Amino acid sequence: MTKIESRVPQGPITEKWSKHKADIKVVSPANKRKLDIIVVGTGLGGASAAASLGELGYNVKIFCISDSPRRAHSIAAQGGINAAKNYQNDNDSVFRLFYDTVKGGDYRAREANVYRLAEVANNIIDQCVAQGVPFARDYGGLLANRSFGGAQVSRTFYARGQTGQQLLLGAYAALNRQIAKGTVKSYPRHEMLDLVMMDGKARGIITRNLVTGEIERFGAHAVVIATGGYGNVFFLSTNAMNSNGSAAWQCYKKGAMFANPCFTQIHPTCIPVHGEHQSKLTLMSESLRNDGRIWVPKKKEDVEKLRARLKKASEIAEEDRDYYLERRYPAFGNLVPRDVASRAAKERCDAGFGVNETGLAVFLDFKTAIERLGKDVIKARYGNLFQMYEKITDVDPYEEPMMIYPAVHYTMGGIWVDYNLMTTIPGLYAIGEANFSDHGANRLGASALMQGLADGYFVLPYTIGDYLSHDIQTPKIDTNAPEFAQAEKNVRERIEKLFSIKGKQTVDEIHKKLGHIMWENVGMARSKESLEKALVEIRKVRKEFWADVKVPGKNEEFNQELEKALRVADFLEQGELMARDALQRNESCGGHFRVEYQTPDGEALRDDENFAFVAIWEYKGENEEPVMYKEPLTFEAIKVAQRNYKD
Amino acid sequence: MNFKLKIWRQADAKAKGGFEIYEVNDISEDTSFLEMLDILNNNLIHEGKEPVAFDHDCREGICGMCSLHINGEAHGPDTEVTTCQLHMRKFRDGETITIEPWRSAAFPVIKDLVVERSAFDKILQAGGFVSVNTGGVPDANTIPVPRDDAEESMDAAACIGCGACVATCKNGSAMLFVAARVSSLAKLPQGKVETLQRAKAMIAKMDELGFGGCTNTRACEAECPKSVSISHIARLNRKFLTAKFKD
Repeated sequence: MTKIESRVPQGPITEKWSKHKADIKVVSPANKRKLDIIVVGTGLGGASAAASLGELGYNVKIFCISDSPRRAHSIAAQGGINAAKNYQNDNDSVFRLFYDTVKGGDYRAREANVYRLAEVANNIIDQCVAQGVPFARDYGGLLANRSFGGAQVSRTFYARGQTGQQLLLGAYAALNRQIAKGTVKSYPRHEMLDLVMMDGKARGIITRNLVTGEIERFGAHAVVIATGGYGNVFFLSTNAMNSNGSAAWQCYKKGAMFANPCFTQIHPTCIPVHGEHQSKLTLMSESLRNDGRIWVPKKKEDVEKLRARLKKASEIAEEDRDYYLERRYPAFGNLVPRDVASRAAKERCDAGFGVNETGLAVFLDFKTAIERLGKDVIKARYGNLFQMYEKITDVDPYEEPMMIYPAVHYTMGGIWVDYNLMTTIPGLYAIGEANFSDHGANRLGASALMQGLADGYFVLPYTIGDYLSHDIQTPKIDTNAPEFAQAEKNVRERIEKLFSIKGKQTVDEIHKKLGHIMWENVGMARSKESLEKALVEIRKVRKEFWADVKVPGKNEEFNQELEKALRVADFLEQGELMARDALQRNESCGGHFRVEYQTPDGEALRDDENFAFVAIWEYKGENEEPVMYKEPLTFEAIKVAQRNYKD
Repeated sequence: MNFKLKIWRQADAKAKGGFEIYEVNDISEDTSFLEMLDILNNNLIHEGKEPVAFDHDCREGICGMCSLHINGEAHGPDTEVTTCQLHMRKFRDGETITIEPWRSAAFPVIKDLVVERSAFDKILQAGGFVSVNTGGVPDANTIPVPRDDAEESMDAAACIGCGACVATCKNGSAMLFVAARVSSLAKLPQGKVETLQRAKAMIAKMDELGFGGCTNTRACEAECPKSVSISHIARLNRKFLTAKFKD
């Protein structure tokens, strides 16, 4: 059996990271110049890591599938980034941020990693301000904060509804500075299609140049995967169209184990689905729940009139509205964590109180806030989000409440990493959403940006040095080695196979079928029955794909259908692992809700005795069952309890 | 709704391009413009034809990846949106819609409607950053920043780097793009330090890469999906002139 060692340092939780930093080795400047590092992905994690590693003096190569590093999907994060600065004097602290994050993740994250995350979060805010990120400020000129779900303090820093954009532009600027200096070389429109291993270590990647189709080899002493999550398995999600799980999946197939694949986050506030041709779902920031109140009608007759467009939401009297989150969770109200809010919306819609023509929507209403604060204040806070909503739906949210419904948003699962963010393959690292480590079974709002930047700026640059310090004698990796030739050959064969099928269905058509299976059976509510069904159906669709997909054109050109086909081929395998993982986890926790395991009032019922572990999957080959290992989760610093957002 | 689409097709950078006419039918008015193109492409693949290449990613107006000149307007007829946020309800049933790539010497066509915009990256690499390394920076609240300055900085920082300003400018100038970055950083104490050097370096790079000069036609501002104001160009010009006087 492969050894899974979390490498969490000994000692009290507050001292683990500083002690570890003191214990690990560093690489001298003269040796850094001789070491090559590949970073795949240019979102917050990848860009901040590449910039920081370049500053340290390593030779860095960074790859992205877009035309510019700035397009990475981190850019779309709206609401904010958490840090325990306690600028609001509301008794926030590193410990409280740590505690909220572990609790929010339903006690399925690795405690030591989360503590470190909370610890370095404050540095992130300092760093971003120094880079010229225009955070929101109060009249005194100091930084402003707002509240987010799962917290009772105001610790979220933000730049209007474009926080991800501004943080990414900061990291991208730092990256640009290194590109100009020559420490980082950038490869836009390049997609990683395979990982190259030599002597059991990660030593390079095979890429496809998306403009010319050229298959290229790149070698390095270490490889960092920062390619985000796999939410697009579901076809419809809030992820960008090109977001995919392929780089991570190819690493899995080369031996990097995959952790908690079933932990996916369904975000409660997205614009509802409108039709069969819809290509993606648009998120409405969680920050809206600061001032927006979520409700559905109390009376079925109102529901029917709304669906038939015979009545407007604004015409429904106050006493006929069910503010179900405030009713069920008085202590947190509309600011319960995402998984709780999503399930509550589903519960109301399943009970027949959903609005919109489809019955799959609830209201997010700003009436009270506009009355209390005035339209101008609301406009200043959420203007761009309101504008976005109106452009998409043609409804003015200042007049009528928004309609929202949960949608796939984020994947907490990912490549398994140890405390150093290294995968089970030596020399292969995974950071940001691509790894599994910090969010457990549910991620709190404004924590993804925090993790991406924590990993990239402040964790990886230290821990990777420890590994590379043992590699200073290794010369430049020779990309003419047989391992590279073999990996390249595999990639070429995979591409040729796709073209040779010449079937009848387009990639999108098959992807939609997969998405439908995933949403219905591996979505917000899962059961043994639905998961077993999914396993059968996913295999069926995968067979269909390899027998009947139609990929037009050729490899040696700009070919978006080929790009999609390669990604969907991987999604079809990934979906199966998600279902398999969900099936073994006989409990409900965070975003993973098994209908068999719930409390009498419909809350998630965790089973700490049997499932307080990270499920770690090892690939065993095509048509072989993967093997699952367990990393036990122990909590020393906090007491594990049932999550309670009621009082 | 039904539409006739007149779309620019070009096999690669070297090929000679031309318009082709296509039809799409039964499109719901709630369909986004790019979803309409998805439907067209799906049909084309089934007909054994090559789908139309176009850049897109986030489909929520923030990544700046989508482009397209639609009926002669960058990002189409709606205001303050990118192409991905444009919906078919903004068009008339039966209308003929002309779709072209960005047209600019600095943005060569890669294929069909996809253009090469790496020139923007190069301009930013010339100076669009604050020269600080990771770590060793002061506490975030050490320097108070007047709220209005932070807000104005944010107005400029809203630029998504899509290139509509260049594509719509008769001179193919990137001044609004450059100004947005220079101005955003100039309004903050952290970015102010290097303003003059930054303005000079970025403008020099812009000129070198074949972008045209600014003649204040304001076309860029009108087409900018994020409403970045040309007042930032005025600020850039002031900084640039100050830098030149100091030389």
